Amino acid sequence: MSPSVPLQEMIRAIRSARTQCEERGVIQRECAAIRAQFRQADNGGRSHNLAKLLYVHMLGYPAHFGQMECVRMIASSRYSEKRVGYLGAMMLLDEKQDASLLITNSIKNDLSHSNQYVQSLALCTLACMGSAEMCRDLAPEIDRLLRASNSYIKKKAALCAVHIVRKVHELGELFAPAARSLLSEKNHGVLHGAVVLITELCERSSESLERFRKTVPDLVQIMKGLVISGYSPEHDVAGISDPFLQVRLLRLLRILGRNNETASDAMNDLLAQVATNTDSTKTVGNAVLYETVLTVLDIKSESGLRVLAVNILGRFLLNNDRNIRYIAMTSLQKIVGTDHNAVQRHRGTIVDCLKDQDASVKRRALDLSLALVSASNIRSMMKELLLFLSSCPPELRSQAANGIFTAAERYAPSKRWHIDTILHVLITAGGDVRDETVPNLIQLITNTSELHCYTVHKLYRALLSDISQQSLVQVACWCIGEYGDLLLRGDCQEVEPMQVCEDDVLDALETVLQSHMSSTATRGFALTATMKLSTRITDNVDRIRSIVSIYGSCIDLELQQRAVEYNALFKKYDHMRYAKKDSTHFCCCGVILFCSVNSFAFNVILEPECEQLTMHVLTLYGLTL
Amino acid sequence: MIRAILIFNNHGKPRLSKFYEHYTEDTEQQIIRETFHLVSKRDENVCNFLEGGMLIGGSDYKLIYRHYATLYFVFCVDSSESELGILDLIQVFVETLDKCFENVCELDLIFHVDKVHNILAEMVMGGMVLETNMNEIIMQVDAQNKMEKSETFIFQSTRQDR
Repeated sequence: MSPSVPLQEMIRAIRSARTQCEERGVIQRECAAIRAQFRQADNGGRSHNLAKLLYVHMLGYPAHFGQMECVRMIASSRYSEKRVGYLGAMMLLDEKQDASLLITNSIKNDLSHSNQYVQSLALCTLACMGSAEMCRDLAPEIDRLLRASNSYIKKKAALCAVHIVRKVHELGELFAPAARSLLSEKNHGVLHGAVVLITELCERSSESLERFRKTVPDLVQIMKGLVISGYSPEHDVAGISDPFLQVRLLRLLRILGRNNETASDAMNDLLAQVATNTDSTKTVGNAVLYETVLTVLDIKSESGLRVLAVNILGRFLLNNDRNIRYIAMTSLQKIVGTDHNAVQRHRGTIVDCLKDQDASVKRRALDLSLALVSASNIRSMMKELLLFLSSCPPELRSQAANGIFTAAERYAPSKRWHIDTILHVLITAGGDVRDETVPNLIQLITNTSELHCYTVHKLYRALLSDISQQSLVQVACWCIGEYGDLLLRGDCQEVEPMQVCEDDVLDALETVLQSHMSSTATRGFALTATMKLSTRITDNVDRIRSIVSIYGSCIDLELQQRAVEYNALFKKYDHMRYAKKDSTHFCCCGVILFCSVNSFAFNVILEPECEQLTMHVLTLYGLTL
Repeated sequence: MIRAILIFNNHGKPRLSKFYEHYTEDTEQQIIRETFHLVSKRDENVCNFLEGGMLIGGSDYKLIYRHYATLYFVFCVDSSESELGILDLIQVFVETLDKCFENVCELDLIFHVDKVHNILAEMVMGGMVLETNMNEIIMQVDAQNKMEKSETFIFQSTRQDR
């Protein structure tokens, strides 16, 4: 059997392995040696072997054969062996294994050991992996230790009690009196543990919550002592006395003051004092201030204090430290519903954070900005949001685009602005919008008859520059098909004049039809639009006919079906094309075709002259009106 | 509550892994890999908070990390812990290690991982913060080490006597 290698040497051997395979070999040899040693009787290197096994376990190799050794080591009388044994128990054992029950007795004995460090080992292990049965068994011991031992053990017993309460809720009752009395301790470690225990008890049961509300004056007193006290070197961190304890106390006060007027009143002064006196130039100060702000906003505090709290958050937003900006925005998000006006005051800073380099900060800023949009600031906010959309990271695009649409729908100051905004979004991020955007936009355009001319011009221009954004192209095609005559007439007041001839328009539509970037749905739109134009233009009907007939042999079934039906319409009803120089005439056929193929619910206006035609088309589809 | 404390280097090799909830060995290694993957992608000038990975609790848990030279110190916590407080705690932990090992570097953590566990045990117990005062922690750790040394000494001298 190979001589037992101390821990450091084994680590060195593992590190010198150049490949994964070599490392596995070294570890397997070591594990075999360790296993053999475990089977032997007592020898001096026991703790070394278990320590080696734990190292191997951290690297990810199986170590379950060490479980019984842990149990044996814990029962040993030597401190070094107990120490490694307990560490092993925490790493290798859990309540599902039978071996864990075996250590219950050892823990029980060690809890009453004369040496406090042995006691602390037992407490630590129980708090880490104690099962419900072990907790029930040992709870009275813990309670005893909470009352009568030194501060070192008391603070550990307090946290152990928290674990017990988490595992077995009913035992909370057992610890409540001891927890109460611990509040009068001077040692900060014990106070800390006591506050954590009380917090746990209050979160578990409302009776405990009621009972501990009476301690609010005591807690306020302790807190005051920390805030006003002079410099105390042992607890001082950058000029603040025990910030960790302060944060814990504030959290407990928050739980006790929630929804309770009396408790909230009792802490108002204190919170105001902490908020104004804490030095915010260091991180620790900010941690305390942040906790204070959260508490103020969660309890029933007076409005002056709330405004103070929101202002502190606003100051945080301007802080150089990104962490602080991030958590400030998280908190503002939580209160934007309740304290909307207060948060509005900081809108400028929040909008500036949209330009931050950190993606997490950007995400938060976007959430907040969308929540802060209102009727009064819609124009300026939208400018910022659209700017953000053009440069935002891809994972936020869809959220931003959809948020902008919702905001625009709710607060649009004018129709033209609304359409402009939607167009802008489609041009910038058309690929990331939801599917129902296209029919929604079409509906909006249809209903805004005064802007048909303007819309079709804008869309035509957009189509000329870029045909990759499917939603935009679909809407543009539909518009051109529907209002192509307005486009060709060329006299729109709101846009720069542009001479558009029929060939240009057909060129544009053909480009869409032939482009590999266009999806099938887009091609469908383009084909229907081409067809509809046959009533609006005079010179190039033959060109349209040839385009449509090409698609009569298209591979795609949908396009082929459409093309064939359009061809049929061309042949049979050519004489009706110009029976009325009114576009609604042929339009209604196109709309019906469009409707039935795309299952949209449009209103169809029927005129008596085209009734015959319409009925024919309907029977073609087996539909009734 | 703190669910896990992980220390790994810039290549993802674990230097310390302490879990306060039970996972199988495979899952533990997966968590370490996933956490490394999430944390190493981060730029130097972004904030130190991350949503937790899928394996370690998803969006209910946060990863709070600090990067010191070649090591990442990652605490995985739930919403009951103050984020800024945990950042400060990491700072205290590192300063304590520095005091105990005298200008601590990665090699110290590699070769004395059991000592690091002992120091951590004085700071965090059962997933809860136990002690944050650096001097108090060092005092306790020193006392325990002394006890261990005196035992070994006695044992060795009795062995020689035989």
